[in-house]
Amino acid sequence: MVNRVVVGAHYGLRDWLIQRITAVLMALYCVALAGYLLMQPYLDYDVWTALFSSLAVRTFSLLFLLSLFYHAWVGIRDIVMDYVKPASVRLVIHVLVILALLLYSIWSVQILWGF
Amino acid sequence: MKFRIYRYNPDKDTAPYMQDYELDIRPDDSTQGKMLLDALLLIKQQDDSLSLRKSCREGVCGSDAMNINGRNGLACITPLSSLKEPVELRPLPGLPVIRDLIVDMTQFFKQYHSVKPYLINNDPPPETERLQSPDQRAHLNGLYECILCGCCTTACPSFWWNPDKFVGPAGLLQAYRFIADTRDQATSERLDDLEDPYRLFRCHTIMNCVDVCPKELNPTEAIGKIKDMMVKRIV
Repeated sequence: MVNRVVVGAHYGLRDWLIQRITAVLMALYCVALAGYLLMQPYLDYDVWTALFSSLAVRTFSLLFLLSLFYHAWVGIRDIVMDYVKPASVRLVIHVLVILALLLYSIWSVQILWGF
Repeated sequence: MKFRIYRYNPDKDTAPYMQDYELDIRPDDSTQGKMLLDALLLIKQQDDSLSLRKSCREGVCGSDAMNINGRNGLACITPLSSLKEPVELRPLPGLPVIRDLIVDMTQFFKQYHSVKPYLINNDPPPETERLQSPDQRAHLNGLYECILCGCCTTACPSFWWNPDKFVGPAGLLQAYRFIADTRDQATSERLDDLEDPYRLFRCHTIMNCVDVCPKELNPTEAIGKIKDMMVKRIV
């Protein structure tokens, strides 16, 4: 049994709250996108390009993807907290996950704005 | 009735094993109103090496908490008629076994004590009691009844993975019992103490605690109310 307990990081609430807010954002986006796609009689390249040429759709898609990445960060860290005990291994996993999610964010902008 | 009971005596056994017992009772007629603890005491007459904790035998002291057919509960208030045979009895999961059905509750009580489960009020004590209105008192219902049997906390996977850091449902229910108490003056310190990714936020609301609580309390609801109060003070 561990005698000295290292707790008191004071960020639990922030991430818990952000995880819930991003979940609501993602749910709204999914429902809206699914609703739009179901209303289209034909779904072809032209419909897709027309949809994603709108600035609003691109913006909300980016917001959705950023929400997804932050949500994933909190979730993955939660899993790591439960199952990976050595602090060094945990830190390496944290850094790798953050780097991957940052790369995905940049990639998302690239995809949506087609640089 | 058939029973399979977890046996482990660290002085003699190299590993735990399950031992079968049979009692000449049937769960329907002769045992009407009899509880699992009655059967365990009969088994102990057959084999006095079987070790278990018990005291009040009426669901008040919380000593005889154990894992009954895969579900935590108190043997003294579990009717024999409600059990499928063979009745499989194991010690509470997630805590070190001292012997047979007896577990070491040190970690559990350490977490309980860490939430300062007592009234903190720096005003000089009045001549009589510190008064509450009936409404204020009503907030403590569903919180003060906890008997600290450990059924909820040892049914919680978050406690299994981080028993040294996660307070656990029983401790958090008691934390909220004092946060909700109008006579307590340490609300913000208590919230500060719990605002941590481990101490409170390991709870992922799977509600095993609510499912097993033999007193039908709701630690998940109390944890939700603590989170609500934390959100209210930052927005």
